[in-house]
Amino acid sequence: MDLSLLLHDTLAIGPISLITLVGLVVLTIEALHNKTENINCWISLVGLAAALVLSLVQLPTTGTAFSDMIATGGYASFFSAVFAAAGLLTVMLSKSYIKKQSIEHGEYYAILLFAIVGMMLMAAATDLVTLFLGLELMSLSFYILAGFVRRRNESNEAALKYFLLGAFATGFLLYGIALLYGSAGTTHIPSIVGKAGMLASSTMFLIGCGLLLIGFAFKIAAVPFHMWVPDVYEGSPTTVSGFMSTGGKAAAFAAVLVVFAPALVRGVEPVRDVLAVIAALSMIVGNVIAIAQTSIKRMLAYSSIAHAGYILVGVIAANSYGAQGVLFYLVAYTMMNVGAFGILSYLESEDGKNVSFDDYRGLSASRPTLALLMGIFMFSLTGIPPFAGFFGKYYVFAGAVQAGYTWLAILGVLMSVISAYYYLRLVVLMYFSEREQDAPVIAVPTSGLGMAALVLSAIALLGFGIYPSVVLNFISHFF
Amino acid sequence: MTISLDLHMYLGLSAMLFCIGVAGVLTRRNVIVVFMCIELMLNSVNLSLAAFSSQLGDPTGQVLVFLVMAVAAAEAAVGLAIVIALFRNKQTVNINDINILKW
Repeated sequence: MDLSLLLHDTLAIGPISLITLVGLVVLTIEALHNKTENINCWISLVGLAAALVLSLVQLPTTGTAFSDMIATGGYASFFSAVFAAAGLLTVMLSKSYIKKQSIEHGEYYAILLFAIVGMMLMAAATDLVTLFLGLELMSLSFYILAGFVRRRNESNEAALKYFLLGAFATGFLLYGIALLYGSAGTTHIPSIVGKAGMLASSTMFLIGCGLLLIGFAFKIAAVPFHMWVPDVYEGSPTTVSGFMSTGGKAAAFAAVLVVFAPALVRGVEPVRDVLAVIAALSMIVGNVIAIAQTSIKRMLAYSSIAHAGYILVGVIAANSYGAQGVLFYLVAYTMMNVGAFGILSYLESEDGKNVSFDDYRGLSASRPTLALLMGIFMFSLTGIPPFAGFFGKYYVFAGAVQAGYTWLAILGVLMSVISAYYYLRLVVLMYFSEREQDAPVIAVPTSGLGMAALVLSAIALLGFGIYPSVVLNFISHFF
Repeated sequence: MTISLDLHMYLGLSAMLFCIGVAGVLTRRNVIVVFMCIELMLNSVNLSLAAFSSQLGDPTGQVLVFLVMAVAAAEAAVGLAIVIALFRNKQTVNINDINILKW
């Protein structure tokens, strides 16, 4: 590869190169200086904002780079923008949070940035090799971030569980990649999808798809591969949990939608059936167990399992409605879950307490703005209009009905009704319940940057909910 | 014909090693041993990849083997760091003792 082509391709995958560069700069500054947290935070913020703009600029021109290993523009740029936005909000929320938890180390931002690079690579992958590398880059960064509060047992335990189960899932995913490679004779994903109809009778191909599905189900947190989710989300630093549950899930779904593309899902019936079972189980198990939780952090973890189920319905629909629904849902889910975890991180005490339902009693009296924002995120998570969460669910379920999966859509709506119980219980507690007299009042420092992130996500939710066409215009020509 | 027979033997061995790895992860309680079993899973896949690559006459599989080895090394570094962080706090590497987070 000559130099000008290399330069051309490096620029073509602009956001990925940019974030990699910023990550390396942050890491170097961290190595050379003491007290680097402030400057690293600001460099990350500027880098992510630039990547967000660059992604949106590159969106109209689609193509491929590096010998057809990475896609550029279009779908890839859309997801780059989502990850950059999620990263931006997370960094804004993290600044005061990691200070409060005394884990204010500059490498926090570097690892976060590398995780984002991994996500972008996953969404842009047109080759199973790129997909694998992106997935591992993201996962390894998350293992480290989960255990970032080294002195706390919960954080250690979360990191260990995430690491062992994540690496275990990687084994399955890799075996799936090997079998797909063996049966299709190539690792180029569009070629494999193109041959899907022909390969559907090959046992090796089906086993490969199954193993790949197991690997992905771990990453998107779908039942029956969800055991790690509640423990990891509860034990990890809260901002990291928020980022894992949104960016990590969106990246895994971006990859699922590339590999299990509509053409493949329609052509290979067993894959579709297995996906339908996984989606149904995720919606049921996630929602039912979430009801019983006393910690909001853990409730959000189970709700994240349920949302993986809803989004999978759009993948199963395998039509343009469903696929666009998946993309819209991921944007909405990113905003509302980063927001919900953001408020938890905002109000969390130094020792990781103050995250249970009871701690939020009467919050509207002491912290009216935060209570209002939390209310917006909870309404959106339930799927109540005019918030973006409603339209995500609407498109996904409409796609399922169109594809003849009416039973999945009905199950999804029923489960959304159940979810209203635990989401709205929090709203009721915040607004219509008095704080217990002897409960200690935890003073939390205010943070302008964090508050800005929360307000931005709430505005985005409302904006995308009232004008869904803002997002839909971008994604309507992808499928 | 001999080539396809060879491929089946390689794939069979690879599948066996993979299953031994999975069984080890599910039954052993020592974190380090579990981690070694995961490495066994990854390396059994490498065997499959190399076999496919040689049968197809296509280098992609062998390139992926190298990348998997690099990733596995990075994973080992992160994993052992996590185990050390845990051991400093709890003085144990037994999975059954690591149980503060549940339900």
